[in-house]
Amino acid sequence: MLEIKNLHAKAGDKLILRGVNLKVRAGEVHAIMGPNGSGKSTLAQVIAGRDLYEVTEGEVLFEGRNLLELSPEERAREGIFLAFQYPVEIPGVSNLYFLRTALNAVRKHRGQEELDVVDFMELVKERVKLLGMNEALLERPVNEGFSGGEKKRNEILQMAVLEPRLAILDETDSGLDIDALKAVAAGINAMRSPERAMVLVTHYQRLLEYVQPDFVHVMADGRIVRSGDRELARELERQGYAWLEQEEALAGEGRT
Amino acid sequence: MSAALAETSAGQDSWLAAFAARERRLANDCPRWLHGLKRTALARFAELGFPTTRVEEWKYTNLAPLARTVFAPAAYFPHAAPQSPCWVETLGGVVVRTLNGAPVTAAGERRFTIGSLRTAWQQTPELVERHLGRYAAFDRHAFLALNTAFFDDGVLIRIADGAVLDEPLVLVHYLSPYDEAPPASHVRTLVLAGRNSQAGIVEAWTGPDGRLYLANSVTEAVLGEGAVLDYVRLQLEGDQAYHFSALHVHQGRASSLAVHTVLLGGRLTRAEIGAVLAGEGASTALNGLYVARAEQHMDNFTTLDHAQPHSTSVELYKGILDDRSSGVFHGRIIVRPEGQKTDAVQRNKNLLLSRDATINTKPQLEIYADDVRCTHGATVGQVDADAIFYLRSRGVGYRDARRLLTLAFAQEITERINPPMLRERLNAELLARLDATQGGVP
Ligand SMILES: Nc1ncnc2c1ncn2[C@@H]1O[C@H](COP(=O)(O)OP(=O)(O)O)[C@@H](O)[C@H]1O
Ligand SMILES: [Mg+2]
Repeated sequence: MLEIKNLHAKAGDKLILRGVNLKVRAGEVHAIMGPNGSGKSTLAQVIAGRDLYEVTEGEVLFEGRNLLELSPEERAREGIFLAFQYPVEIPGVSNLYFLRTALNAVRKHRGQEELDVVDFMELVKERVKLLGMNEALLERPVNEGFSGGEKKRNEILQMAVLEPRLAILDETDSGLDIDALKAVAAGINAMRSPERAMVLVTHYQRLLEYVQPDFVHVMADGRIVRSGDRELARELERQGYAWLEQEEALAGEGRT
Repeated sequence: MSAALAETSAGQDSWLAAFAARERRLANDCPRWLHGLKRTALARFAELGFPTTRVEEWKYTNLAPLARTVFAPAAYFPHAAPQSPCWVETLGGVVVRTLNGAPVTAAGERRFTIGSLRTAWQQTPELVERHLGRYAAFDRHAFLALNTAFFDDGVLIRIADGAVLDEPLVLVHYLSPYDEAPPASHVRTLVLAGRNSQAGIVEAWTGPDGRLYLANSVTEAVLGEGAVLDYVRLQLEGDQAYHFSALHVHQGRASSLAVHTVLLGGRLTRAEIGAVLAGEGASTALNGLYVARAEQHMDNFTTLDHAQPHSTSVELYKGILDDRSSGVFHGRIIVRPEGQKTDAVQRNKNLLLSRDATINTKPQLEIYADDVRCTHGATVGQVDADAIFYLRSRGVGYRDARRLLTLAFAQEITERINPPMLRERLNAELLARLDATQGGVP
């Protein structure tokens, strides 16, 4: 479904991604872990099409197509979804209106009819219940004045409504109390399906106790330096990232 | 003498000649006091001429092209039917039209009347004399002087003491050119809102696209004690119009005024509001939205004069500027020595949709009392790039994302406007205008 080959990307003069390789098949759940500043969010944003980052080398294929030549909205309509680490506040636009506009843009692209308000409300209310979200948040402007946890749940709600084929969740677990974490995990698990792939970017292994990943990758200094199964996540939890950074430094010396 | 100066005075001379041509009719038509007022106003205009950008209050609005244009007074057709009706008429309410400054219909019942100012000065001269020209001072203002010298008729709106109107009074000003010369129309309106009355007025100006004309409109309004007036002013002029409008309000004790000004059309607009909070406990809310594209220029000039204690004013003006358009917001707040416990808040926010659009914003606070709260703030920004990307990452196209965010910006003003049908229509109207801009996808 998603194939990333030797991806290099920079912001301004700063090279952030230094050769990422990753393959994700339908039905799989991958976790990407790694220290702060290692480039996890940059990778997620590059996949979603953020123009702050310039790809200087490598390629990204989605269902065999060159993803990098599509606009952000085309990627979304093709089924890519990014849950933002820092969801954006949009004053003056109600959450409901935002969701409906997005859903209808995606449906239109898929050749489906636009949903009218009644059908749409039915769908949204069902998904809201699934996430244990406060319905009042639907009427409020997008993310404005939401608590950290409400913002993260709102991202998951959008995913649940848009039903993407590939969901990348960037630190959706950070800043959540245990109840919110469980609700978010339940939302993610409910979305797991053989046709859908997920990439969970996370700093801690906490989320992975509730959502079982098929693969775990460790990112450091703009590259995936280690891949494995759930055991790798546990190892990281025990030992921290310091040992990785040492290995990385050695590898870096070898490169130059 | 420079060519520009010579042309300017040719433009000015044409006004004097036009006035002279009407003198005889004026003498027959007007009561002596009104004829005198008009002669004084014309003399004042002859001395003043149009202001240049060297005058501080006109610094950002260049009137030179207007000043050298020779306009002909718009024909006075008291009984002609207007051209195709403006959409504002479809909103319901009690609709009265004017054409080239004269009302073509009238309406009224126990609680209100809306009709010809000329009929009023003939039938109830003392009433009109008591108010007309008392609030819109022309001695320092060329457009007010011209309007006063040239109006042939106008509109008088009276709302009875204690009357509560359940429908808005809708006043639509049409301008119809009748030959090649660019016409000038001088709409004059007087609003007398009785004590403890409650009313809504929607006033709109419209004219043909592709025609140069001057719509010079002056409204004086008096709010009696405890009166509540909700006043929507819509500038929907043709794309080549010069639009000048002034609203001067005298507010009595504990009266409450809300004005919502929306500027959409015209090539050059100057929209002035002056409110004197002349009674204790008066309150004023001024909301403004100006949406400009292409080469449009829109200048907002407001003055809030807190003359008595315990009065409050809240002002919010928002501008959306695209292409090479330009905007001005100049907000004066005066607090007189008697104006203790004044509470005044002024905000101006601007959204620039193009690199070539410009805005000049200027607060001017003149505070002569010590126990007051006065705050002001202005912002100028572009559409939020993070919000655009967020929307696009959910499948919303770039243009739609930009429209959505622009509309959200405008809605802070439009959602305050009544009736609700008018909000929807205005939102659609401003989107249609922005869709027609030259701004492209990045
Ligand atoms: N737009 C940007 N401009 C400049 N530097 C950036 C930008 N985005 C990220 N970076 C830098 O790139 C590195 C990786 O950041 P990020 O991808 O956010 O890491 P992570 O999500 O793993 O914590 C950091 O050093 C960060 O400061
Ligand atoms: Mg990050």
